[in-house]
Amino acid sequence: QFSDSAGYVGFANLPNQVHRKSVKKGFEFTLMVVGESGLGKSTLINSLFLTDLYPERYIPGAAEKIERTVQIEASTVEIEERGVKLRLTVVDTPGYGDAINSQDCFKTIIHYIDNQFERYLHDESGLNRRHIIDNRVHCCFYFISPFGHGLKPLDVEFMKALHGKVNIVPVIAKADTLTLKERERLKRRVLDEISEHGIRIYQLPDADSDEDEEFKEQTRVLKASFTPSLYIPFAVIGSNQLIEVKGKKIRGRLYPWGVVEVENPEHNDFLKLRTMLVTHMQDLQEVTQDLHYENFRSERLKRTGKPVEEEVVDKDRILQQKEAELRRMQEMIAQMQAQMRMKPADD
Amino acid sequence: PCAGPVENKNEAAMSEMVPEPRQKPVVPMKPIGINASLLGYIGIDTIIEQMRKKTMKTGFDFNIMVVGQSGLGKSTLVNTLFKSQVSRKSSGWNREEKIPKTVEIKAIGHVIEEGGVKMKLTVIDTPGFGDQINNENCWEPIEKYINEQYEKFLKEEVNIARKKRIPDTRVHCCLYFISPTGHSLRPLDLEFMKHLSKVVNIIPVIAKADTMTLEEKTEFKQRVRKELEVNGIEFYPQKEFDEDLEDKTENDKIRQESMPFAVVGSDKEYQVNGKRVLGRKTPWGIIEVENLNHCEFALLRDFVIRTHLQDLKEVTHNIHYETYRAKRLNDNGGLPPMTVETEENHESNL
Repeated sequence: QFSDSAGYVGFANLPNQVHRKSVKKGFEFTLMVVGESGLGKSTLINSLFLTDLYPERYIPGAAEKIERTVQIEASTVEIEERGVKLRLTVVDTPGYGDAINSQDCFKTIIHYIDNQFERYLHDESGLNRRHIIDNRVHCCFYFISPFGHGLKPLDVEFMKALHGKVNIVPVIAKADTLTLKERERLKRRVLDEISEHGIRIYQLPDADSDEDEEFKEQTRVLKASFTPSLYIPFAVIGSNQLIEVKGKKIRGRLYPWGVVEVENPEHNDFLKLRTMLVTHMQDLQEVTQDLHYENFRSERLKRTGKPVEEEVVDKDRILQQKEAELRRMQEMIAQMQAQMRMKPADD
Repeated sequence: PCAGPVENKNEAAMSEMVPEPRQKPVVPMKPIGINASLLGYIGIDTIIEQMRKKTMKTGFDFNIMVVGQSGLGKSTLVNTLFKSQVSRKSSGWNREEKIPKTVEIKAIGHVIEEGGVKMKLTVIDTPGFGDQINNENCWEPIEKYINEQYEKFLKEEVNIARKKRIPDTRVHCCLYFISPTGHSLRPLDLEFMKHLSKVVNIIPVIAKADTMTLEEKTEFKQRVRKELEVNGIEFYPQKEFDEDLEDKTENDKIRQESMPFAVVGSDKEYQVNGKRVLGRKTPWGIIEVENLNHCEFALLRDFVIRTHLQDLKEVTHNIHYETYRAKRLNDNGGLPPMTVETEENHESNL
């Protein structure tokens, strides 16, 4: 079904998913990329779409980063493949996670996503709805560091704050840092922590969460075509450098101890990530529309007419909740202290 | 003329004074005739052997601290350096290990022996550093710990009845682990090194260097060196402490070309070309930790252990500790701090 020949990205698959009419219009897709500096985000994006989205790239030094806050930068590129046009917007978030104190670093991102929803809501509610531009973020690749032991506190906080607003796909880039065993361990650890914290990442339609792990292992071995859901988070390597291996020129990274091949499924999940993305672009857009946008819309419309007051009421409510919690904790502590006093002293 | 002994009775009181000895010029050894090698040998050179024997008997202390975000391979690297399980091995896989909410200081001591020489090695780990969302001032507990060790030593030193060998818990070397992003240092790296390079010997290392190709490594190292220079961070070996030209030449080369060492650690062995080597096995090849074509671990090991171990201790003692001591004495009005006899009755001068 999907040719793995070099250079083929796979967008020609999209028409199979939608009605013929839309094909002529072309497709729009907005992909947001979030993660600390130096995790390989830009390299991966360039590798995925076989393009150079960041030709004038400037990497600031540490001293500059101290002053910087999180920025939002959007780059748009038009890709055409076998008659199908894709207008791809990649939204970058430089500065995320760089500061010594990263407490507020995802506020900017939340505002951006909300703003796109707001704009769409406004257009949707307007009179002329023929040319609504959809700038909503359809998918967010969240980059997890391959150097850690699992999720960092910032990762958890970010995903909890954003899983109700955007489709989150966790990605581990620079996967050539890890041996295969380390990779499996990291993936398992990340998945455990995601479920432990109740984080809702993007669910692929073919993933059946009711199946237990053993069954999944068995099916993975048995199924002829792979199931992308089994590989989340994708551990990928990016590169657009061509290296000669066994007479062929392939994309990879040249080390003194060997060559890592980007499109070799035994080396990393790059092909799986790419396939997952292109075969699910339609679904990602639908879920954004039907779930995240609708959530935003209903919340937003409830507040219509009294935006300011609602906020104040919210704050009051939150304050009341916190006070109640505090009281509960104080009661608990008092109880514990009383119990301790009653216990005979051990000697 | 010579500053000789007292010459008149009026200065009888001065007879208490120790007379200044007359300085004689140094004369070369008189050359002996025929069997120079046999008759002329005194045996002064045996002093080296005596010192060696003494060192072997007493052994020595070495305290190394590791600082860096969780997961950068600190524990593995220290184990690789000393070829033993000497660190708080942060497996993070089997044990349900949570990142601590504040920076903790964990010191683990081991006695290791090689060639008859005993080393009491203490590895000081700093879990929690740089792992929080808000990492402001997370270096403070570390700076506090380092100063506390200086204080401990100072207290012993000013004691009237001193121990023959003051236990040395001072941090001789602090390995700072830089994340191999390939871009630049992170703001936290700069802040830490700025504060701590003034109190301890910092050796920056680039962790998990098998993430970078040769070109990426060279570029990254250059950028990091530049950043450190621009921000006035003096890592070990510090330029101002080069003792002579020989030191300076050797250290210049290390400072300007080799450091920061880009390292890879491992405690697993694999068979490569018939030899058993420490390494990491990947589908695309085996990374050999001690192969200089693969990474600079061997350079770090030689630097810290085989050539500069003693110097690290000396700089800690003669420079960092003395700086601390001078400051303490100055704050105290030039007086040495009194040792506290009992906590309740006496107020400390400190």
